Amino acid sequence: MDKVKIIEAKESLLADNDKDADRLREEMKQQGTYYVNLMSSPGSGKTSSLKQIIARMKDRFRIGVMEADIDSDVDARTIAASGVDAIQIHTGGMCHLDADMSRQGLSAIGSEKLDLVFLENVGNLVCPAEFDTGADLNVVILSVPEGDDKPLKYPLMFEKADAVLINKIDAMECFDFSLDQVKANIHLRKPSVPVFPVSAAAGEGFEAFCSWLSGQIQKQKEGTRQS
Amino acid sequence: MHEMGIVYHVADEVEKIAAQNDICHIGSVTLQIGEVTGVIFDYMSDLWGWVSDKSSLLKGSRLLYEQIPAVTLCKSCGQRYSTVQSGRQCPHCGSWDTVLVQGNEYIIKQIEADS
Repeated sequence: MDKVKIIEAKESLLADNDKDADRLREEMKQQGTYYVNLMSSPGSGKTSSLKQIIARMKDRFRIGVMEADIDSDVDARTIAASGVDAIQIHTGGMCHLDADMSRQGLSAIGSEKLDLVFLENVGNLVCPAEFDTGADLNVVILSVPEGDDKPLKYPLMFEKADAVLINKIDAMECFDFSLDQVKANIHLRKPSVPVFPVSAAAGEGFEAFCSWLSGQIQKQKEGTRQS
Repeated sequence: MHEMGIVYHVADEVEKIAAQNDICHIGSVTLQIGEVTGVIFDYMSDLWGWVSDKSSLLKGSRLLYEQIPAVTLCKSCGQRYSTVQSGRQCPHCGSWDTVLVQGNEYIIKQIEADS
């Protein structure tokens, strides 16, 4: 090997993805589409919470949902039945979505015709937090049966959260779960992040979250108009 | 599987860098991986074998790595300490107001071209 050539690349994969995510965020902003990345572990109630959110917001916003899963399209079918556009993104074995896959999804769903797009990320409290999808907001759902210590065990996920929904509060009596403790643990990771206790099964607690989310969308719209 | 996404990213980036530098075959790729990224390098190396086999540029190439130690900075007392040993709480002053300064990187350090 007399002709070996060494290239000092110094290429950061996360930085590269972050740049792509920033570009995507700016494009969505210009187009007037607000983009929310929903993350949680499997079974914490992302799809059923989305149904509750959609029911409360679909009269005011044109909504689309991108369901990311390793396989199957059960979630996309469930969401489509609630009367909004839904597509399924198959990650082909991968545990998270990056900015490029997110861009392909937004194009496939026709985001230019939508005011609000939710990405239901792959159910996982670790990997999706590392890759910026280009969303305006990261919303994390933690459900009561998972335990109030999870923000301590999965620090990055809660550091990235712009809002946390505590789901299945109707089951609180059956589990050793304290709302005060979970809030304290979440705020250790990210001080002052809003926490919304909800029950997707009973349809409780979503008014406060939807009103907060509408406020965030409004804020961005006003920001775009001013700039 | 987290490692799979990373390996695809690496392969894509290496293809781009090779195209920019007129390289037709890669001998090895060296990564720098942070200590608290949670990736298992042995998995990446196995996946690299599978991914690289499908590319004429990467076929037969080796994936190597160096670890970047995780370091946390305490914003209260200004001292730095090993994240893996002490976690989120500063071992010097007990503060929780700390921030990771290095240890979550995925960097393609260098590429060795053999043609």
